[in-house]
Amino acid sequence: MNFEAIKSIYLAEMARTRRTIMQSIISPVISTVLYFVVFGAAIGSRITEVDGVSYGAFIVPGLIMLSLMTQSLSNASFGIYFPKFTGTIFEVLSAPVSFLEITIAYVGAAATKSVLVGLIILITANFFVPLEIQHPFWMAAFFMLTAVTFALLGFIIGIWADNFEKLQFVPLLIVTPLAFLGGSFYSINMLPEFWQTVTLVNPVVYLISGFRWSFYGQADVSLWLSLLATLIFLGGSLAVIHRIFKTGYRLKP
Amino acid sequence: MAPILSVRDLEKTYEGGFQALKSVSLDIREGEVFALLGPNGAGKTTLISTICGLVRPTSGSIEVGGHDALKNFRAARRLIGLVPQEMPTAPFEMVADTVSFSRGLFGLKRDPALVESILKDLSLWDKRDNAIMALSGGMKRRLLVAKALAHEPRILFLDEPTAGVDVELRHDMWRIVGELKERGVTIILTTHYIEEAEEMADRVGVINGGEIILVEDKAELMRKLGRKLLTLSLSEPLAAVPQALARYDLMLANDGASLVYTYDTHAERTGITSLLTDLSAAGVRFQDLQTDQSSLEDIFVDLVKGG
Ligand SMILES: Nc1ncnc2c1ncn2[C@@H]1O[C@H](COP(=O)(O)OP(=O)(O)OP(=O)(O)O)[C@@H](O)[C@H]1O
Ligand SMILES: [Mg+2]
Repeated sequence: MNFEAIKSIYLAEMARTRRTIMQSIISPVISTVLYFVVFGAAIGSRITEVDGVSYGAFIVPGLIMLSLMTQSLSNASFGIYFPKFTGTIFEVLSAPVSFLEITIAYVGAAATKSVLVGLIILITANFFVPLEIQHPFWMAAFFMLTAVTFALLGFIIGIWADNFEKLQFVPLLIVTPLAFLGGSFYSINMLPEFWQTVTLVNPVVYLISGFRWSFYGQADVSLWLSLLATLIFLGGSLAVIHRIFKTGYRLKP
Repeated sequence: MAPILSVRDLEKTYEGGFQALKSVSLDIREGEVFALLGPNGAGKTTLISTICGLVRPTSGSIEVGGHDALKNFRAARRLIGLVPQEMPTAPFEMVADTVSFSRGLFGLKRDPALVESILKDLSLWDKRDNAIMALSGGMKRRLLVAKALAHEPRILFLDEPTAGVDVELRHDMWRIVGELKERGVTIILTTHYIEEAEEMADRVGVINGGEIILVEDKAELMRKLGRKLLTLSLSEPLAAVPQALARYDLMLANDGASLVYTYDTHAERTGITSLLTDLSAAGVRFQDLQTDQSSLEDIFVDLVKGG
């Protein structure tokens, strides 16, 4: 293992975060808090409780998940797209660094940033609504797994995209809708039966459900199913990345 | 002595089906400066990129310092530094940081003293805390050299290090190459400027259409292929080459004021003696004479046209 290389890439990526702190940390936190205020205050005054939890508190896990997913995705996709776009990636590809090390470094940095954002949102939410975390261990596990999995997915998108449009396309047109429809702001039990079944094809449902369970002990689907879905997602992303490096796809002609 | 870099039957066919390298074999000796010449699209960058691991070979093998470049890529790549033809730089990074970053990629601990000396050698020390985007084009190119040297490679690839740079920077680059050679670094450079190969290289390789068509000691090449020109400044201009001299390879130049004779230095006879005799017999007088050796450029143009 070339740890020094992992460290170099990781630190360089984190330095980029510091340079762009407004865009990478502060603005996602602000927009999530806005969601929180609008949904929690406006809708919360009409829907008082979901599954015995106040609506404001109910949406916190979903909101954190939402920002974890979108942040991991955009951090990681941009993190690898940018050096590919400017050409500086040549340096990494011609260094004695393996694909695993490259992935760990870029994905690790992207996940770190989104975890930071998620934590800030969690702490902020704590000022507005009474939060309880019944299963802190599971909370941390889903938190990390989601951050890493979506960073891996973002990494794939960043390698695949050969223009800025494609870079925006997947997050905006696929992941964000899936996240909104995945039960961030409601329990899927509130849907008509037909839509409940349809919703179950949405992988995001399992992530949000598991995460919310770790807070309030209530879930739309079983905990193990949530965990399984997350791990399948993770394994699938890893397999794709392995394949990318094996074939040199979009990186080595 | 075993070559420090050995390429065997290397082929590269790009995805679209274009074959950029055709069975390239090449040995580079430790410590030499090797100039790779060839027209646009000849395959120079493809060859270098394949050796450095940026392009996947279709077939063939590459050994760097005895290590297979694919199977043992870590050991092989540690020996190599690359300055690419394009100048990709991350605009917002700081000069000194980016050099340390390059070193880190090779698994080496930070070494501020080394980074300082590299930056000083390349006259970039004053700029160490500047963002890269604040550098001029020439400085960026020097920065790329600095980054390539950050892990103290034994082989340095310079892909067109002087394309589009001014005279001063070009001479700067020549000086840098000279100093690295002194330190025992093997240098492989590509260039379109023949004078550059003439100035710096120990050996010259010519690649055209993905094939290496010639590898030769520079001095040997110039001696072997070099033709010489004998220029006679005539006392009185001529309108045409006299009939009596038709068997010589003669040309009038300077509005008939000079007569140029082309001959092979490695031919059995140069024909100079008999030419001079025949000249005086034909009544042609001259005031002065001078000989010139053809440059690498002439040789190169001949080769590529012939090939
Ligand atoms: N990624 C690629 N995909 C397809 N063809 C390529 C690719 N890269 C290079 N080529 C083709 O391979 C040939 C050799 O290109 P290469 O860049 O190696 O030439 P070169 O000798 O470095 O030329 P130059 O002097 O212009 O830099 C060219 O015909 C080029 O179009
Ligand atoms: Mg080139």
